[in-house]
Amino acid sequence: MRKLTIAAMMAALAAGVAGGAITGASAAELRIGLQDDPDVLDPDQSRTFVGRIVYAAVCDKLVDITPDLEIIPQLATGWEWSDDGLTLTMDLREGATFHDGTPFDAEAVKANIERSKTMPESRRKSELSSIETTEVTGSHQVKFTLAAPDATLIAQFADRAGMMISPTAAAEKGVELGLQPICSGPFEFVERVQQDRIVLKKFENYWNADAIHVDKVTYLPIPDTTVRLANLRSGDLDLLERLAAPDAASVKGDSSLSYAEAVSLGYQGITINVANGEMAKNPLGEDPRVRQALELSIDREALNQVVFEGAFNPGNQPYPANSPWYDKSTPMPARDVEKAKALLKEAGYDKLEISVQVANNPVQMQVMQVVQAMAAEAGIDVKIKATEFASLLQAQSAGDYQGSQVGWSGRVDPDGNIHQFMTCEGGINDSKYCNPEIDALLNEARQSTDNAVRKVKYDEARKVLSKDLPIVYLYHPTWIWAMSSKVEGFTAYPDGMIRLENVKVN
Amino acid sequence: MTSATTTVKPEAPSRSESRIWNKLKSSKSAALGLILVLFFVGIAVLAPLLPIDDPTATSWGAIRKGPSAAYWFGTDELGRDILSRMIWGAQASLLAGVVSVAIAVFIGVPFGLIAGYFGGWLDGIISRVTDALLATPFLILAIALAAFLGPSLTNAMIAIGLSAMPIFVRLTRGQVLSVKTEDYVEGARAIGLSHTLIIVRYILPNVFAPILVQATLAIATAIIAEASLSFLGLGQQPPAPSWGSMLNVAKNFLSQAPWMAMWPGAAIFLVVLGFNLLGDGLRDALDPRET
Amino acid sequence: MYSYIGRRILITIPTLVLVSIFIFTLQKLLPGDPILVLAGEERDPEVIAFLREKYRLNDPIPIQYFHWIGAVLQGDFGISLRTNQPVLELIKEKLPVTIQLAVMAMIIAMLIGIPAGIFSAIKKGTMIDYIANIIALSGLSVPNFWLGIMLILLVSVNLGWLPASGYQPLFEDPVKSIETMIMPAFVLGTALAATLMRHTRSAMLGVLKADYVRTARAKGLYESVVVIKHAFRNALLPIVTLSALLFGELLAGAVLTEQIFTIPGFGKLIVDAVFNRDYAVVQGVVLCTAVGFIIMNLLADIAYLFLNPRLRDQV
Repeated sequence: MRKLTIAAMMAALAAGVAGGAITGASAAELRIGLQDDPDVLDPDQSRTFVGRIVYAAVCDKLVDITPDLEIIPQLATGWEWSDDGLTLTMDLREGATFHDGTPFDAEAVKANIERSKTMPESRRKSELSSIETTEVTGSHQVKFTLAAPDATLIAQFADRAGMMISPTAAAEKGVELGLQPICSGPFEFVERVQQDRIVLKKFENYWNADAIHVDKVTYLPIPDTTVRLANLRSGDLDLLERLAAPDAASVKGDSSLSYAEAVSLGYQGITINVANGEMAKNPLGEDPRVRQALELSIDREALNQVVFEGAFNPGNQPYPANSPWYDKSTPMPARDVEKAKALLKEAGYDKLEISVQVANNPVQMQVMQVVQAMAAEAGIDVKIKATEFASLLQAQSAGDYQGSQVGWSGRVDPDGNIHQFMTCEGGINDSKYCNPEIDALLNEARQSTDNAVRKVKYDEARKVLSKDLPIVYLYHPTWIWAMSSKVEGFTAYPDGMIRLENVKVN
Repeated sequence: MTSATTTVKPEAPSRSESRIWNKLKSSKSAALGLILVLFFVGIAVLAPLLPIDDPTATSWGAIRKGPSAAYWFGTDELGRDILSRMIWGAQASLLAGVVSVAIAVFIGVPFGLIAGYFGGWLDGIISRVTDALLATPFLILAIALAAFLGPSLTNAMIAIGLSAMPIFVRLTRGQVLSVKTEDYVEGARAIGLSHTLIIVRYILPNVFAPILVQATLAIATAIIAEASLSFLGLGQQPPAPSWGSMLNVAKNFLSQAPWMAMWPGAAIFLVVLGFNLLGDGLRDALDPRET
Repeated sequence: MYSYIGRRILITIPTLVLVSIFIFTLQKLLPGDPILVLAGEERDPEVIAFLREKYRLNDPIPIQYFHWIGAVLQGDFGISLRTNQPVLELIKEKLPVTIQLAVMAMIIAMLIGIPAGIFSAIKKGTMIDYIANIIALSGLSVPNFWLGIMLILLVSVNLGWLPASGYQPLFEDPVKSIETMIMPAFVLGTALAATLMRHTRSAMLGVLKADYVRTARAKGLYESVVVIKHAFRNALLPIVTLSALLFGELLAGAVLTEQIFTIPGFGKLIVDAVFNRDYAVVQGVVLCTAVGFIIMNLLADIAYLFLNPRLRDQV
């Protein structure tokens, strides 16, 4: 009875708010619960994971990925590398338009790449740093010339760096584009109330409009997982992302709900300060054996069971076990307390106190407390230093930490999960691990477009890194979506995005 | 000097301590408050002696188990015994209440005395700063201070103490202003006693009662504030328990393990109720107007 | 008397200046660098340097303060670091939400607190009075956020009667708006109901002793007529004054309540802003709250003066 009233009210509301744009009764609305409130909505300035979820509906990219991480055309219909790997020619889709009516063409791509590379506020510079020039070689063809071969570039185009915004709007609004993004995706931006909602409506001139069966999308940031699920159950939401793993069982058992999951591209681990300032001068930072002992004291499988009820994926590498880049020759070591103790002893310690900082949210604290309890059995006394996220990052980049439990949201190309963390000059190498051999391997891997060649390089790097352990990887999260059984056609992607193509609401 | 003081002293209000005590005892609600407070103080003090599990001992085999014979209050997200965490958590909560109010009193009362007694520009400055602090919402102030100091129980206590301080400045100042004009103070001043002596000897004892009442009630507020800060992740840090941080974790398991949220909330409620009842009873007992 | 009011208004100026200096300094001292978070996962040093310069974070703190306060005096509160939205716009957007919550909480508090206060005043010293007092104190003692999550668990998760979170603007859909707001308003109203009940009780006790009530009784009027028409009417004024003062407390109480129920109001805005180190938002919102608080106090003081002729002569 109650559900009926709500549904009726919602339908009335949908019709009322959207006004003439939507044709009355048949209007299909999707209400999506997000874990956080996105940041500024400009693909060039944006930095949050959750923001990308909104872009998946608003902004088309040059290329997209399949659930198996193959690169497929989106705004670019085809591309070709030159033999030396220094030029990339892309053919562009004809007939695509931006939400403001500006046609999508080669000039638009050039303007976008230039904006990403030169706007001072742009967070995309490092992702596109290999591009030297962008040339318009036809009305719908562009040619990128690179300074050095860069195998990761195509994958960058599958994310924010490849999102195309209207050049007209960009010129007009500058940095303020983030208040009202104008792209060429299946939905156009209607309104945003910070911390409350982001409303989109179907873009009638979308090039692939036939695949879009939803007329209006509302994203509602609801940080509390219990509340988010309660809203789904009551019918106030149709779909939610990042369901808490302990809730998975009850969702699977509920016939009015359905469930989808995908192993994420990212990881959670303990970054160890090995050479970042004075704080690195401690047994954990200076002696790889101590780090190996820490790794051996942790039962990652049990950790996964205790905190995530087995829903996540224990791992010891930057990529999950289902990834083609996973190195089978350095598998996840089983827990071995005796060996851990022996290693500690070899390093000259019976007991050892280390401190690890962690963001002060309940789940990460729970993970850390499990690690703490496990490490204690091997004689490692982990002092947990709970910190707000803003302070955690500062301490990490300033080298003001011994260990820091953080995660990485993951990138499609393997390079994105390892290069910037493990190379001497890597932009986010907070452990300041520096090994010329690794630098050489990772740089070579970046330059080859032959995946078999790259794999060999990454595997070789793994062999060293699995002993040196500047990061002790713990697990790869699983993206979990829960939705009303009315929602059909949802596909789970390892990048955690919600793609609305082919999604129907009955 | 001594003889001079005795000549002005007899004017002090006639409030015999036994009368106050009798009044307090005869109030059923104050008695209930005292019992509640003593109960929690008792378990907090006795925590190390009670035959309970280690509050930080984890058990992977008993994650989020409901109340049972083995675990009377159930277990938490790491298989720890909630009963023993509740008992040890009482220490954190009571300590937070008492210490932060002590900080507020020891800083706030002297400033209030100075402002009220000396007046003039000193009063002007102290009062404006107090107004400014009072105009900033208490919890926001506490959150900002706790974030500034870094998340820990000690820092939460300092943050709450500093945020609660302005109330004591204002209260003390007001009391001093009304006592200052009393004959026995004027007399003491007339015979040339030092300011310090007058404040300590004649003013402080007479503003003591309302401060005591306010302090008792402030402990109640402070306990809730500590729980709120811990609830936001800015208080007691794991694995040590506090009721607020237990609630912070519990809210993620509301539907699977409601007992995790029930106990700490109920405990906060009872101990705060205790302090409120006691403070109320004290106010009635110390109020000379009501009979 | 007007000179007194004038003086009262004048003193609020240094108070406001102090509030602004205070909150500005405090949050500049907060550990954690918002720019590192803002720069994104890659933390491009060039972007970091640019953003520091853009938001003037390299200037000495006093210079930053004067720059900010100068802009504020011209009506420019700056923009949110996180979303680039102007702070003033955010305040305009969030204020009605919190006010709706506060007003609903106040209505609930009055509906519970005032009748309970009257009743226990009439029945002074009886078991009913005693129980009412315990219930009122319980309302004061229950932690808001705990009551909130327990209600979500019971009413939303288990019974499915009310939505667990969300916000609907009042004028878009009044029914839904009230439906989503009723639970948080109740949570926020409980403590207030207790305070109101206790003040109503003591105001009523004072009035019930007064001569005109005795006269009315002596005339043989029904007790209910005496209580409502003669006693309560006279006790009402101080209760209303108090309610105005309690509004300030409501705003503070909204902080956690909004967090629990995910209501996009002032409280949630400010807590998230503190955690995100969104400087301009924290400064703007706290300043606004302080102004509101000071105005409420001022109004209550002035109202008090007008209601008490005796006091009016003194000042």
